[in-house]
Amino acid sequence: MLAFLLRRLVSLIVTVWLATIVVFTVLQLVPGDPALLMLGVNAQPDTLAALRSQMGLDQPILTRYLDWAGGLARGDLGVSLTYARPVAELVAERLTVTLPLALLSLAISTVLALPLGLYAAARRGRGGDWAVLGFAQLGVSMPSFWIAILLILLFSLTLHWFPAGGFPGWDAGIGPALHALVLPALALAVPEAAILARVTRTAVLDTLGEDHVRTARAKGVGRTAVLLRHALPNALIPVATVLGLQISFLVAGAVVVENVFTLPGLGRLLYQAIGQRDLIVVQGVVVLLALFVVAVSALVDIACALADPRPKGVSS
Amino acid sequence: MSTAKQRFTQRFTLAAIAGLALAAASQAALAQPRTDLVVGMALEPPHLDPTAGAAGAIKEVTYANLFEPLLRVDGEGKLVPGLAERWTVSEDGLTYRFTLRPNARFHDGTAADSADVKFTLDRARAAESVNAQKAYFAPIAKVETPDPQTVVVTLSRPDGLFLFHMASGDAAIVAPESAPTNKQKPVGTGPFKFDRWVAGDRVVLVRNPDYDGAKPKLDRVTFRFVSDPAAQVAALKAGDIDAFTLFSTYEALPEFRNDPKFTVTVGSTEGETLLSTNNARKPFDDVRVRRAMAHAIDRKTLIEGVLYGNGVAIGSHFPPHREGYVDLTGMYPYDPAKAKALLAEAGYPNGFDTTLRLPPPPYARRGGELVAAMLAEAGIRVKIEPVEWAAWLEKTFKGKDYDLTMIAHTEPLDIDIYARPDYYFNYKSERFNALNEELNRSQDAGRRNALYGEQQKILAEDAVNGFLFMLPSVTVQKAGLTGMWVNRPVQANDITGAAWK
Repeated sequence: MLAFLLRRLVSLIVTVWLATIVVFTVLQLVPGDPALLMLGVNAQPDTLAALRSQMGLDQPILTRYLDWAGGLARGDLGVSLTYARPVAELVAERLTVTLPLALLSLAISTVLALPLGLYAAARRGRGGDWAVLGFAQLGVSMPSFWIAILLILLFSLTLHWFPAGGFPGWDAGIGPALHALVLPALALAVPEAAILARVTRTAVLDTLGEDHVRTARAKGVGRTAVLLRHALPNALIPVATVLGLQISFLVAGAVVVENVFTLPGLGRLLYQAIGQRDLIVVQGVVVLLALFVVAVSALVDIACALADPRPKGVSS
Repeated sequence: MSTAKQRFTQRFTLAAIAGLALAAASQAALAQPRTDLVVGMALEPPHLDPTAGAAGAIKEVTYANLFEPLLRVDGEGKLVPGLAERWTVSEDGLTYRFTLRPNARFHDGTAADSADVKFTLDRARAAESVNAQKAYFAPIAKVETPDPQTVVVTLSRPDGLFLFHMASGDAAIVAPESAPTNKQKPVGTGPFKFDRWVAGDRVVLVRNPDYDGAKPKLDRVTFRFVSDPAAQVAALKAGDIDAFTLFSTYEALPEFRNDPKFTVTVGSTEGETLLSTNNARKPFDDVRVRRAMAHAIDRKTLIEGVLYGNGVAIGSHFPPHREGYVDLTGMYPYDPAKAKALLAEAGYPNGFDTTLRLPPPPYARRGGELVAAMLAEAGIRVKIEPVEWAAWLEKTFKGKDYDLTMIAHTEPLDIDIYARPDYYFNYKSERFNALNEELNRSQDAGRRNALYGEQQKILAEDAVNGFLFMLPSVTVQKAGLTGMWVNRPVQANDITGAAWK
C-alpha cells in the first residue's frame, strides 16, 4: 500500500512539472505583447520599453521560466501583469465563487442521481426505468450553457425568482451570494446528474447479478434491503470513479457556465487573463488546475484501492 | 352569536388597518426616488488607475466620477472646469495658467493643490512613465507652482490640443501618497469615492460627502461587467442592471424600444470605423485601387447590416458632431461598375486576391463579412482572417504586416495619426503634415476648423482608408433614469448628473 501511495505521489509531481513546461512554452508561442495590450494604440516606444522592463518581459525566456517555476516550488504564483496583484490572491478570491459553485452542483447532481439510478435499477425494464433513462439521455445531450439559458429564461426573466447573473460577493451576505449560485449550479448539475444516474443504474444492476447478492436474496432479505445494503455499497466504486472524473469536468464546465452567468470565478479569470495576455495568471491557473485534476484522480484511485483491496493482490 | 360577530368585525378592522398601513408604506416607498444605480459595461477594467493604462473601461469607471483632470469634457464634448476652476492661455500659446478650486480635497482627506498637479504632470512625462498617452505630456517644458492654488505650465512648442489632452483621463490629477496604490484603491478628487471591487463582477462607488462642488443625486453607483451579449439582454430584462452603456447587441434594440419600461438613446462616439488599408503594400499603394474600393463599398447597407441602422456614414476621418466637420460622404458613391473600371485602369482587370484581418469586436467580424462580399462584386477576392485582440495589436498595428483590417479608432480628435511617420496605415503626405504643423501652432477656433476641413479633404481624396461609419453610443436604460450621457465625446461613463425621476 505504501509503495502504491509513493508511486502515485511521484507521478503526481512529475505530471505537474511537465505541465509547467508545456504551459510556459505554449504561451511563449502565442502572439500578443502584454505591455502593448495595456498601453494600447498610442503607446510610445520608450513607454513600452519602460513597461516591459517593469513587468520583467525583457528577460530571456529561460530566466523567466526559472523565476516562475522557482516561485511555484516555493508556493509563490507571481504577480499578475494586468491587475498588479499577487496571482495567489486573485485565485483565492475567485475560488470563493468556483468552489462553492462546484460543490453545490456536485451535491445537487449526487442527490439527484443516486436515488434515480437506484430507482431505475429496481424498476429495470419498466416504466420508471424508461423515464429515468429518458431523462438521462436528455440531460447528457443538452450542454450546460443551453440549460443555463433555459433556466435564465424561466427563473430570471419570467418568474423573477433569481438574478440573471452576476455575483454580489460573500460580504453582501450568505443569502444573496447563494441566491446567485443556485441557477448556475443547477445548469452544471443536470448533465452530470444524467451521466451519474446511468452509471449508478448499470453498476447496481451488475452487482445485483453477483453471488453474494444472490445469497442474500436466498436467505430471504427483502428487496429494498438487498438494494441498499448489498448492491449499492459495491456499486459505489464505479460511481466514485465517474464522480472523480466529473469533478474535472465540473471545472471545465464552470468556465462556460461562469461566462453565461457572468460569475467572477476561476474559469472567468482564466478566460479574461488569456484575452489580456496576462501570462503569469494563465500559467498559474492552468498549473493549479492540472495539479487539482491529477490530485483528484489520485485520490479516487486511492479510495478505490482502499474500498476494494483485490487489484493489489493483498487479499487471497 | 354576538361575540362571534364582534370577533369577526375586530379581525376585519385589524386586517383593513394592516392593509392600509402596507399600502401607505409602499406609497411612501414609491414617492421616494431611488438613489442607487447599476450601470452595465461590457468589459471590466484591469485596474482603476486612469493614468496607467489604455483600456477604455478604466476611464469608463473612473473619469469625472472618481478622478478629475484639470479640465473636463462634458457630454457635448465641450471643455468645462475640472479641478481647475479657470485657466488662461498666453498669446503665443506657450504658457497655461490654471487656478484650482480652493477647497478641493482627495478622498483620503488631504488637500488637492498645485503640488499634486505638478507631481501628476511630472510623473506622466518622466522617462520611466508608463502613461498610455505619454505623448500628451511631451510638449511640457516645465511646471511651476507660484502658490497652492496656481499652476503655470510652460510648453516647449505650441500644441493646439493641449487643453483637450489635459482634460483626458490620462491626465487625471493624483496625489503622491496614493499614486502607487490607485490601481486597486483609487483615491481621486471626484464627487464619488471608491467603495469596493468584487473582482470579475462589479465596482461600487459611493457619494463623496466632502466634495466641494455640486453634489451628485445618487449615493451609490455600481458598475457591473457583463461581456456576453445574451447575458447583457437578460440582465437588463431581469432588472439586475438599470442602464447599459455602449450596448452593442443592436439586434435586441427593437425589443427594448417597444417596451415602455425602457428608454433607448442613440448618440455618437468618437469611433471612426475604418477599413484600414496598408498604403505601402501593393496594390494598395495605387490611389486608383483605393478609390476603386471606396466606390465598391455600400455604406448604407453596411450600416444596416452591422448596426441595424443605428449609425452615420463618414467620408473621412472626423466625427460629424464636431465643429470643423466636412461632409465628404458623397465623394465616392456606391458604384461597382466604376470600381471595376478603376481597377482595370490600375492594371487589375481581373481583380486581385487580398486578406482582411478582423479583430474580435462584433462590428468588425460582422462588418468584415459584408465588406468582403461587396469587394468581391468589384472583383477583389478577400480572404477573411479573424484574430484575437492581442494578436491584432502585435501583428497588424505594431508589426504593420497586413493588407486590410477593420477597426474603430476611438481616440477623440485623432486625425493627427495620419501625420505620424510610423503609423500602421503607412500613409505619407507632405500637404497633410504641413496642415498638421499649422494646427499645432494655431489657437484660433475658426482657423483650426478650416485646417481640419482641409485635412479631411486630403484624406478623402487620397482614399487612405475605407471610411465607413461612426460607432454609435447606444444606451439602454430603465424609464425614469435621467442625466446619462447620450453621446460619448470621450471614453467615460460620467454619472455625476444621473438621477431618478
